[in-house]
Amino acid sequence: MTDAHRLDVQSVTLGYGDRTVVEDLDLAVPPGRITAIVGANACGKSTLLRAMSRLLAPGAGQVLLDGKDLRRTPTKEVARKLGLLPQSPIAPEGIVVADLVSRGRHPHQRLVARWTPEDDAAVAEALAATDTTELADRPVDELSGGQRQRVWIAMALAQQTDLLLLDEPTTFLDVNHQVEVLDLLTDLNRLRGTTIVMVLHDLNLAARYADHLVAVRQGRLHSSGEPGQVLTAACVEQVFGMRSQVIPDPVSGKPMVLPIGRHHAASPLEAAPGLSR
Amino acid sequence: MTSLLPARPATVDHVGRARASRARRRGAVSVVLALLVLAALAASLMFGQTFYGPGEVLRVVLGETVPGASFTVGVLRLPRAAMGLLAGVALGLGGVTFQTMLRNPLASPDIIGINAGASVAAVVAIVWLGLSGPTVSALAIVAALATALLMYVLAYEDGVVGTRLILIGIGIAAMLDSVVAYVIVRAAEWDLQVAMRWLTGSLNGATWPEVVPLAVAVLVVTPALLSQSRNLSLMQQGDDSASALGVRVERTRLLVIVAAVLLIAFATAAAGPIAFVAFLSGPIAARLVGGGGSLMVPAALVGALLVLVADLAGQYAFGARYPVGVITGSVGAPYLVYLLVRTNRSGGSL
Repeated sequence: MTDAHRLDVQSVTLGYGDRTVVEDLDLAVPPGRITAIVGANACGKSTLLRAMSRLLAPGAGQVLLDGKDLRRTPTKEVARKLGLLPQSPIAPEGIVVADLVSRGRHPHQRLVARWTPEDDAAVAEALAATDTTELADRPVDELSGGQRQRVWIAMALAQQTDLLLLDEPTTFLDVNHQVEVLDLLTDLNRLRGTTIVMVLHDLNLAARYADHLVAVRQGRLHSSGEPGQVLTAACVEQVFGMRSQVIPDPVSGKPMVLPIGRHHAASPLEAAPGLSR
Repeated sequence: MTSLLPARPATVDHVGRARASRARRRGAVSVVLALLVLAALAASLMFGQTFYGPGEVLRVVLGETVPGASFTVGVLRLPRAAMGLLAGVALGLGGVTFQTMLRNPLASPDIIGINAGASVAAVVAIVWLGLSGPTVSALAIVAALATALLMYVLAYEDGVVGTRLILIGIGIAAMLDSVVAYVIVRAAEWDLQVAMRWLTGSLNGATWPEVVPLAVAVLVVTPALLSQSRNLSLMQQGDDSASALGVRVERTRLLVIVAAVLLIAFATAAAGPIAFVAFLSGPIAARLVGGGGSLMVPAALVGALLVLVADLAGQYAFGARYPVGVITGSVGAPYLVYLLVRTNRSGGSL
């Protein structure tokens, strides 16, 4: 897994029925880096990710995988290059962890399934990488939220793709598990060169873990680039409609957003305008 | 979770062995089920007003002429047993396919009115139009497909949601069942036995011309359905997750719906809507094999076993003779209630 695959979004318009969600958006995913897509609720960031993983056909424009239109590439071939962890996948009732992770091998198997030693090795490796080896024979239903998310990531890892797309991989996790998941993705990126694209809610974690930050505002690209350049108070105001102060994160040196609401601002000047008195 | 070291060989070994042992367990369950089906089949050929031993039965099955046995076993019992076997397989497979696809045991074709659609067409064709044989089967099949399509259209809104489809299906089933009852009540000289077939399903008076179309359907459709079993299992994770793994979701869904409806329609056209077999087979199979793998083969075998055993019980276990559907119904209905109670307790919706 050294030759990085390229994923390019070219002036796509996306929507459901008559409703346009994303309009004329361009995005070149930097190969071998971690990209985080941020934006307000319903700004189209998940829709964009769906299009990038061929789950949604663009109304106009195209998504190119290695220069080839994603819609014209056989879906199994795509699945060998590009993995996706959707927002809320469903674990089939009673399935054990190892069996769920094994399903990641599907794109590598032929119609008549012959299970090979490589498949076992890939599954074992995915379990080890996500620290779920101990859980291998337990039913997924019995796991905690954090464990379950690690198992789903393990399934995506067993797919052994150079590109990994994740839709809010840290939702429903406590802060410790959020950091754990993001550390794991960073390991993947650093040690294997896996290109990672994820939609993240938490701006500060996005700024800390992403090499490349993409801010989406009302279905259009607002700005993209290094978090240090993209994430400014002006950007936060325009993208989220919220005043803030952006300071260097004392832990990582990356930008850190401190929201300014109507209450709890040290000086009255700082506080956002509220009810008129 | 420290780094991405390759897994230790012991882990690879464990993963391989655990997977193989789960696969063996699933295989063993199917083998045991197949043996039980064979035993039930043998019993339904041997027992009756007159008992024939395995030797005589085998000779008849192989085509020899045995006085007495040739008629009783060859003409009366064999088509009946064959129909039981095939209808059970078809209902079990059709049922588990719907249940897996919609991730809900209540989504069985007999609950959501697909069997009822076939029944209505068959009853109308026989009673009002005076038709018989393959024409009736053909109409039943068209009606089952039309019922499925109608439900799909009614339930469609940004994709099909299982719960809505189930509720709409239950409504349609109730409507269609009342049509069947109406037609049968109005058919004055309709004898009760034949009527019962269309109310609950029965294997009484099965003949080869009725068995053959069902046999052809099962032999043609089953391989097509089995070829999709892995894709269908992956679709349990949700459409997005399955697509991400390279499953062509829409194509698979269309294929398995048509295949499952065909199986249900042919089985219903031949034996009537044998109550609750489609509904029970999948969950029983799931209990036996455990989660994760495909349930198609074990569910088909459970379906066959249910029909054959229920038919034997209906004929000989009680003073009077009951059609097979009465027996399966009296087993299935409590399970339906149990499922609903359990769903309610856990606070979930359907």
